[in-house]
Amino acid sequence: MPKLTMVQAINLALMQEMEKDDSVIVLGEDVGRDEGVFRVTAGLLEKYGEARVIDTPLAESAIIGTAIGMALAGLKPVGEMQFDGFSYIMMHQLEGHASRFRARTMGDWHVPLVIRLPYGAGVRALEHHSESREAMYATVPGVKVVIPSSPRNARALLVAAIRDPDPVVFMEPKRSYRAFKEEVPEEEEVMEIGKAQVVQEGEDLTVVSWGAMMRFTLEAVEEVQKKRGSKIELIDLLTIAPMDGNTIAESVKKTGRCVVVQEAPKSMSVGSEIIARINDKALMYLEAPVKRVTHYDVVTPYFGRELKYIPSVGRIRRAIEETLDF
Amino acid sequence: MPIKKVGSFSISYLQILDENGNVDAKLEPDLSHDDLIKLYRAMFFAREVDQRMVRLQRQGRIGTMGPSTGQEAAHCAPIFASTEKDWMVGSFREAGARLMKGEPLAQALVYYNGFEEGNKRPDGQRLLPISIIVSTQMLHAVGIAYAMKYRGEKDSAVIVFFGDGATSQGDFHEALNYAGVWKVPVVFICQNNQWAISMPRSKQTNSRTLAQKAIAYDIPGVQVDGNDALAMYKATKDALDRAKAGEGPTLIEAVTYRLMMHTTADDPTKYRVKEEEEQWWAKDPLVRFKKYIEKKNIWDDEKQKALEEEVKKQIDDAVKEFEARTDFKPDVAFDHIFGTRHEEIEEQRQEFLDNLRKEAADA
Repeated sequence: MPKLTMVQAINLALMQEMEKDDSVIVLGEDVGRDEGVFRVTAGLLEKYGEARVIDTPLAESAIIGTAIGMALAGLKPVGEMQFDGFSYIMMHQLEGHASRFRARTMGDWHVPLVIRLPYGAGVRALEHHSESREAMYATVPGVKVVIPSSPRNARALLVAAIRDPDPVVFMEPKRSYRAFKEEVPEEEEVMEIGKAQVVQEGEDLTVVSWGAMMRFTLEAVEEVQKKRGSKIELIDLLTIAPMDGNTIAESVKKTGRCVVVQEAPKSMSVGSEIIARINDKALMYLEAPVKRVTHYDVVTPYFGRELKYIPSVGRIRRAIEETLDF
Repeated sequence: MPIKKVGSFSISYLQILDENGNVDAKLEPDLSHDDLIKLYRAMFFAREVDQRMVRLQRQGRIGTMGPSTGQEAAHCAPIFASTEKDWMVGSFREAGARLMKGEPLAQALVYYNGFEEGNKRPDGQRLLPISIIVSTQMLHAVGIAYAMKYRGEKDSAVIVFFGDGATSQGDFHEALNYAGVWKVPVVFICQNNQWAISMPRSKQTNSRTLAQKAIAYDIPGVQVDGNDALAMYKATKDALDRAKAGEGPTLIEAVTYRLMMHTTADDPTKYRVKEEEEQWWAKDPLVRFKKYIEKKNIWDDEKQKALEEEVKKQIDDAVKEFEARTDFKPDVAFDHIFGTRHEEIEEQRQEFLDNLRKEAADA
């Protein structure tokens, strides 16, 4: 199996789905000739031409608005938001239309649309390039929100997103784009949207995380296991919405302890929702309060100090130990 | 260096049928007598439906609706110029066009009575449901037009309706810009009815015409007497022909007037004077078109009377059909949130149904 970065793995998914299905269209700013500012769309223009790999005028609302029209007319558009911070001016298209066509028409119209967007801190970029706003998208009913954590699951989930009958916001942790390689099979691999993955099993404590934080979480988990011999269950959420609360609840019933690690601010967050799900389904099994390791409820500072605000391996490790010791 | 002129632009105004039913024979479109009567009937039907819906709302039999009385020529004539392979992407003030596109009236009433069942459509019908957020649907039209071009459907174009208020929105400009760059088959029809709720056209934009906004995107823009069905027909037909010949989009500004309230929840006496409304009633698109076909000796009082009776019965039947409907499954929102099954949604559906049962038991 070839070892790929996440950028290469996402590119593989796009290449293969475009090869398989001529209704798949890629559109966005600089996705063609420039091959995307992160080179995620490398080679697509050359292989599939201008009609299918569209360098759009600079307007995010129009990228998603026209993609909705394409989807209604039978195409499968994959729209790119160049950066997370530029995506909010398409929110009315996502909330007002993409998420609603199915409900509005009782299934007669639907919008099979993928919105790819790089998110998160850690690449020393300018303002608006560092946020994790998955909770914002996830509060919109009718929208699926997916966040891969590795090259292999990024590829398999993007294939699923392109084939999915609903709008999918596919958030790509840009800090992980080239951070590491993983074996990714050349042949087709599809993961189910809406399912969390138990990455490793354990009895003493459950850790839930997703996206760029998975890497640091895994490091912290390994440190604790090595230091104390604890057996920790690690869950990669993968799909933010609709959330797979049952996989988390089943795990917490077994371990009785849980830590949630997220890059997003603390309040009104996916982590808050995870705790609510545990409250609904596994409260009586808890032996310690569920702990959250998060960003704070502040504007992400410029990159000079942004990483101080994002969960570090040390913060995650301490949270796990405190919860084990409670 | 001498200053060079790099472009000069002008906007034309098209009127074929004046307020008294006089026609400009040089511009008169080549429509058969049958066609003219069909178009008149469609506009008359739209007017009667509109007036009945306002009454139904006042009687509490349907919910809020936005009347389109006075704008029939602006939105019915364009559909008359299109084929069933053309798409219609609407806003919310072109009920007559929707009916012409094949929406059953009873369905429309179900929509206005607060049920999504009203948006169900026969397979393959190229009519999108009502779009309420001003201007947003214009981008959908451009995307559909892109798909038509991509698929090589050369006999299909998209007609999209919006109002004067929409021209202030970003999506309006983005749609015109994208359509121009992509050269896609779309006809933008702005029903400039002079009022965006309480905001008069003069305060909506400093532009002298709305049609001139096309100039910025280097696409054809034309101002049309929107109360003149012949002019609206011709302008749309020309635009559709160009679109289908691969020549790209057109912006049509239909100068018309909202003779009634913004919606049944609005009171226009708060912001405009009766005299202005009366001036526009004198330009009623139906009155002048009726005069026109009467002058052609293809319409008379007897035919008018028969049409009135026929339409009344048609509307009565539709109201009966819609009011007889009770098949509104309560948990339908859970059926159509996703195209795939999800545990959380099913659990919440059970919770919803349990709550309904408990409420019924409490009552």
